[in-house]
Formats: sequence, structure tokens, C-alpha cells
Amino acid sequence: MSRTPAVRPPRALLAAAVVACALAAIPLVYLLVRVGTAGFEDIAAVFERPRVPVLIGNTVLLAASVTLATVAIGVPSAFLLARARLRGRAVWTVLAALPLAVPSYLAAYGWLAALPWMQGFWAAWFVLTLVAVPYVTLPVAAALRAGTTGLDDVARTLGRGPLAAFRLGTWPQIRPAVLAGALLVCLYTLSDFGGVALFRYQVLTTAIQQAYGASFNRDYAAILASLLVLLAVAVVIAEQFARGRAARQFGAVTGPARQRRVRLGTWSAPAVVLLAVPPGLAVIVPVAVLVVRLFEAETLREFDAAELAAAAGNTVLLSAGGAVVAIALALPIGILAARYRGRIIRAIETTGYLALGLPGIVVGLSLVFFSLAAVPALYQTAFVLAFAYGVLFMPKAIGGIRGATAQVPTSLEDVSLTLGNGRLRTWWLVTARLARPGIAAAALLVAVTAMKELPATLLLRPTGTDTLATELWSRTDVSAYGAAAPYAVTLLLVAAVPAFLLSRARAGAGELDEAVA
Amino acid sequence: MSRLEVRDLVVGYDATDVLRSVSLEVPDGSLLAIVGPSGCGKTTLLRTIAGLVRARAGEIRIGHRMATTHGIHLAPEKRRIGWVPQDAALFPHLTVAENIAFGLPTARGSARSARRAANRDDVRRLLDLVGLGSLGDRLPTQLSGGQAQRVALARALASGPDVVLLDEPFGALDPILRAELRRSVRELLREEGVTGILVTHDQAEALSIADLVGVMRGGELLQLDTPEQVYRRPATPWVAGFVGDAVFLPGTWHGDEVACALGRLPADWVSDDAATASPLEAPVDGASVDVLVRPEELLLRPLEAVLEGAPAAGGAAGWAGLAATVTAVSYTGHDAMLSLVLDDETRIDARVTAAGLLPVGTRVAVSTTSRVLAYAAGGR
Repeated sequence: MSRTPAVRPPRALLAAAVVACALAAIPLVYLLVRVGTAGFEDIAAVFERPRVPVLIGNTVLLAASVTLATVAIGVPSAFLLARARLRGRAVWTVLAALPLAVPSYLAAYGWLAALPWMQGFWAAWFVLTLVAVPYVTLPVAAALRAGTTGLDDVARTLGRGPLAAFRLGTWPQIRPAVLAGALLVCLYTLSDFGGVALFRYQVLTTAIQQAYGASFNRDYAAILASLLVLLAVAVVIAEQFARGRAARQFGAVTGPARQRRVRLGTWSAPAVVLLAVPPGLAVIVPVAVLVVRLFEAETLREFDAAELAAAAGNTVLLSAGGAVVAIALALPIGILAARYRGRIIRAIETTGYLALGLPGIVVGLSLVFFSLAAVPALYQTAFVLAFAYGVLFMPKAIGGIRGATAQVPTSLEDVSLTLGNGRLRTWWLVTARLARPGIAAAALLVAVTAMKELPATLLLRPTGTDTLATELWSRTDVSAYGAAAPYAVTLLLVAAVPAFLLSRARAGAGELDEAVA
Repeated sequence: MSRLEVRDLVVGYDATDVLRSVSLEVPDGSLLAIVGPSGCGKTTLLRTIAGLVRARAGEIRIGHRMATTHGIHLAPEKRRIGWVPQDAALFPHLTVAENIAFGLPTARGSARSARRAANRDDVRRLLDLVGLGSLGDRLPTQLSGGQAQRVALARALASGPDVVLLDEPFGALDPILRAELRRSVRELLREEGVTGILVTHDQAEALSIADLVGVMRGGELLQLDTPEQVYRRPATPWVAGFVGDAVFLPGTWHGDEVACALGRLPADWVSDDAATASPLEAPVDGASVDVLVRPEELLLRPLEAVLEGAPAAGGAAGWAGLAATVTAVSYTGHDAMLSLVLDDETRIDARVTAAGLLPVGTRVAVSTTSRVLAYAAGGR
């Protein structure tokens, strides 16, 4: 069948996508504007402070060491999940994803509640590694499941040992997934605020927060924030470079994916320990500590149900608002990316993913400046916070919408058009109808992430409005570990609802896969 | 009245033209099959007629309606066409009957109105027509590939289109189902009196199903003719080779005859210009030409029988056979293709019936059973 070349996208769709990109670029652009107006002397003065090199060094050290550790744990874990004869594989697969449900500050708080002496680099490294391991394990396991062991087999027949065969056959297949996972972990660590701050380790995010709090020098905060963005951009570029080389090195695997499963034998026990460590230490231990704290007499005495309910309500409303903003911004970009090709469209999509490299604290800080300067009426309103969530988590929404739209065959749209339905009606009756589970899943994913967001929420929340995350934070800040426990547990429970719906929505999307296959 | 007319159609993206000045006409109620190799532009032609792709220049007239002209582009939803894509593209969230009702004016707007329209008589009639009367409540996932294509056709016919466009509708099916569905689609379109265009890369399918066959290559329509004319009198050597097996021999032109490895044969001159209906001026005597012979037009007799003076078994009496040796046999059951080498080292293929099969090494006399065609040399 001859391939019909891509068609030019409708102008209205293109315009909507450009507007969405412009809105998403506000935080970064305004931050740069702010730094630009600070003047050269002020910027130079920042670098003369002896603390700044230390902050940069700490940030890089933590990001690099956490990334290495997650790769070291995540790749073998993924191999066990995908390629080993493992008893209870389904359970281990769910457990492997579990740390994603726990924000770093919650895990850190759980450990501190048990071991108050934990602090500094090693504590931050320990908790962030445990929490971030799934970012490597999950994509690598997926790549291993999709790949083939046929190349390993060929290498073995050509005289290579098992490890050499793995390096020749399987490693090139999973390398892009390892790089992508490492990138996510690195960006996660660079932008983490809560977990690092609790262990009193000094990095850029915590310094930005302090500089902002000491409100006499906000230019200093802006300059530190742009330093952080520069680091993130450098990481993204490095990953792109490495992945480009990987892609050239290894073309598409041809033929059916044949897989052999490895028998573990005496390695079963170490394997189970490896798989149990991240979920056990990142989720089960902290949550257990929290639950114990929850039922202590002191906690129950201080417990204020009304306050907790108000915080839970705010959390739900704000994260839902964030999801609506993210979906609205992501829809034109996701549809465009799924349906059309071209340099302009690639540029639009890349701009849409900009926030991947933008730490929450940077977006929060920039939107404080922006709302004060451009729309003072909106400063410290729920709108700005929902917008910040929307911008921050738009990449998750774009990916979901793009995937869901791409799953709907264009031939269905062609048929609907020729049967007398216009473009908009066709989108509504056919594309949106079939992509609905995927779009809903994207919205839930944004909501569940926004619920746990801390640094931007701290900077942008309306005065007097508290969410579960900020209540938890304010209590850990004064070492009132017991008082924070109800908020931590409620946050986990509230965030579990969309996560549960998400798994159901995924199942629905699976049905569509079958229907159109 | 649902004649379809395309004139000087140009379609391109960026710098490259996918279609270069294509013109064709399909009379009311006829089926045109467009055939060509991958990337020849046949699907683009179909999508442009449907309005799914914009033309750069040219005209498309569907019935009385001008669909494309001078930069005016009628939206696909206003063209009154039926579209049957390769993958059938049934809406997975609607039942078979709801799929068929999807394009009915009363059904537009929502899934609920489609559900109501699904019970209408005309939907039932169409279901019966495509032989799926009892499957109206099934979901597309519960259908076989052939059934899905029938539903797609019924859906395209439901709103009474002027023209039905079929984009390789049998491409994904196995050969037996393919032949069966091909026949029933042909009958259905004829019963409904609908004008149709079918795109395929299978030349046998095009020749067997259509009233007219158009052969495309590199964005141009090389020939538009009846199936018989396309096979018997291909406009160019390339068309000859694409629609069937062909033997080409270099030769020289001598009035109504050509001289080639097979001797002096009565020949017709074919213009290499598809745009001109009448043949170009014949070349001068002695000019080089390419001679086309179909393998089934070669008659083989064992050389011994000929030398013994046995009477020729019919055929082109008076044309003495040329000696050759069978070098290979490709047996296909109902017939067989023999590879031969003439005594002057020229290699040719001849198709024989299974009864006329000769073993490798047999010496034969080769002659032709009909007039051959001559093309300008180097036109392939």
C-alpha cells in the first residue's frame, strides 16, 4: 500500500497549540526576563558568594549518585521482573511501582519519625534512591518484555559467554530505556525539595526557598533558579546526545520477540531481597511508622478533624483544577503530535515537554514574580496555583493524549468525514469517544501528581489555604512528627483514589487496543 | 447521474508532485480499478477524489457537483461519497447495525441517535444485502475480516452516495476469501447501480473485477481502458509487463512485420504516448523496435514431429517454427511456464497447458499464434 504523505494540520488546531505552548513557556521566559533585569553586577555578585559553588556541587553530587544507584538497582530488578522465573511475578510487578505513590518528603518524614538522627547527604541519597528506583525499573522491564532473546542465543552459538551475550544482544535493546529512566531520576533529584530539606542537606532547591523566604533578596532566588534550570537543560541535552548515539548503534529488532526465562536456582533469595528493598524501605517502613505515630495518645489529642477535612478538600479541588488546565493545554499539542509531522510540529511538541526540565520550585517562584508584575489581581489565588500545576504536569498529559489519539486509526476519521460529519464533529463522535479512556487517565495522572506537589504549592497557595501536603510540611518543619501523621496518611489515601481509577482506566484502554488491533 | 470526471489533477506536498496531471472519466454505474506498484500515487488519487487530500490543481466532478476546481475544495463530508478503507475501519464502540447507520442523516450527532437509526428498514435491507442479516447486534471485534469488509461496504452505501471509493479493500484477506468477496462486491455494486473506483496493487484482481482498468506509475495514469484492451494492447512495454507475463525481444520494423529472434512476424505498431488515442506514425523501415509476445501466444511443438513433416496442430500456419531447447519448467498445476533458449542464445518464456508439458532438454519448434506488438525501442 502506498503511504499518503502527511497533510497540513488545520489552522485552528495549530493556533491553539501555539497558544498552549506560549502559556506553558511563561514561567521559564519570565524567569529569564527577571534575571535579565537583575543586571550584570548582581549576577556576578551571586557567584562570589562562597556558598554558591557548594550548593551547585551538592546538587550535582546528589543527582549523580542517586542516578547511579537507581540504575544499579533498577536494571537488575527489571531483569528479574521480565526475564526470570519468579514466583509471584504479578505481585512483585505491582510492588515495584509502589514507591511512585510516595512523595519523597513523606518517605523522608517516615524515616525521621523513626530515626530522628538521620540527616545530610547519605540520608537524602538513601531515601531519594529508594523512591526513584521505579523510574528505571519500569521502563527497562517494559523494554525487556518487548525485546527478544534471539540475539543472545545467536551470540551464544557464536561462542560468547552469557554475560558477553547479554552485552551484545540485550543491552542495546534496553539502553534507550535505561537512559530515559536515568534522565527521569536525575531531573527528579535535581528538582526535589521536600525530601532534601527534611534531611537538612543544602542544595539549590532548598537555597531558592530560603532566599525567597528572606524576601529582601528575590533576585538571588531568581538567579539560583535559573542555575537549576541550566543544570536540568544540560542533563536533558546529555541524554538526547547519548540516546541519539544509541539509536544509531542499534536498529529495529526484526522478527518475532522470542523470550527465554532464566532459572534463578540459588540466586532466588538474593533476587527476592533486591526486589523487596525499594518498596519495603520507601513505602512499607515509613507508612508503618506513620500508622504507629497516628495512634499515639499525643497525636490523637492534637487531632483536628475539621482542619484535616478542609486540607483534604483543598487538595482535591486544586489538583482537579490543575488537571483541567493541563488537559486543556495539552489537548491541541497532543493531537497535533499524534496526527501530523513536520519541523514546526516537532518544535511545538518539544516546547510542550519543557516543564520536564522545570523544577516545581522554579515554576512556583517565576509565577510569583509574573502574577505580581502582570496580573496582581490573581496573585495568591487558586487560579495561579492550578495554572502552575497545569504547566508543571502538562508533559504527562501530552504523552497520554498523544498516545490515546494515535491509537485511534485515522481511517476511522476518514470514514466519518466521508459520511458527512465535519472535522469537529468527527473528533467528538469518533476520536474523542475512543480516546476517552486515555485522556481520562492522563487527567487522573496529573491530579495524583499535583496532590503530592510541595514546593510550588508552598510558594503559590492562597493565604490561609492549606493542602494536605503543606499541612504535613508545616508540621514536620517544627519536628511535630506525631501531628503530621494524620495528614500524611490522608494524603496517601486521597492519592490512592485516582491511582486506583487510573489502573481501571488502563484496563479500559487495553480493551480499545484489542478492538482496533 | 453519478458520472465521475477528473481533469488534469495535480497533487503534491512540498516540492514533490505525487500526482502529475491525471485525467480520467468513469461512466455512471461503472467500476474503475486503479492498479499500480507501491508509491505510484493510486491511493493519493483516491483520497483526493474523496476530499481527504487537497489538490494543487485540476478539477474533480462528481455527478453534477464540482468537488475540486481552481483552488476550491469541497469538504469530504459534502461530497456524497462512500469510503471503504483497507482496514474496514469499523467504529469499535458501535455495533454492526450502528456502524451502517452512522452516516444516515438522522443518525448524525450522537451515539444514541445512531442506535435508534440502527433499527430502520434501510439498515436491515443493507445488512441482508451484504449477507449479514443476523449479525446486526455484533460488535466489530466479533467479525471475521471478510465480514468486516462487507459491513464497511454496507456503511458506505447506506447514505446513497454518488460514488463509492474502495482503497485496497481485500488487501488484508487470504486468497480464497479474497476471490469470493471480490465477486460479491462486484455484484453488489452492479445491483445498486453505484459508480465505483477501486484501488489495488493486484493486477489480476483489477482485470477480473472492473469495467475499466487504469494503470498508474510514478504519479501518472499510463493507460485507461477495458481490461481486455489493457492486456491485449498495453500502451507501453511497462504496462505490458505489469499486467501480465511478457516476453520482449529486440527487433527491426519492416512495414507490417518485425524481424526478431523468432523470425519475421506480423506486427502492430503501438504508440508510446498514452495521451494520444490513435497510434503515432509508424517508424521507418529498418528502425529498431521492442517486440512484445505474451508467453501463452507461443506455440511449442516437439522438433522431431515437425521435422517428420507432421501437420501443424492448427495455429499460425505458414510461420515456420524456430528451434529451441527447454531449459527449465515451472509447474503451477493448471498450466506451466517453460524457459527456453533459442539456438541464437536468446532466452524466452512460453506458457503451455498441463497437457503440453515437455521435459527439460526437449528440442522444440517455437512459433507464434497471433500478431505481435511493436514498441519504440528502449521504451521499457
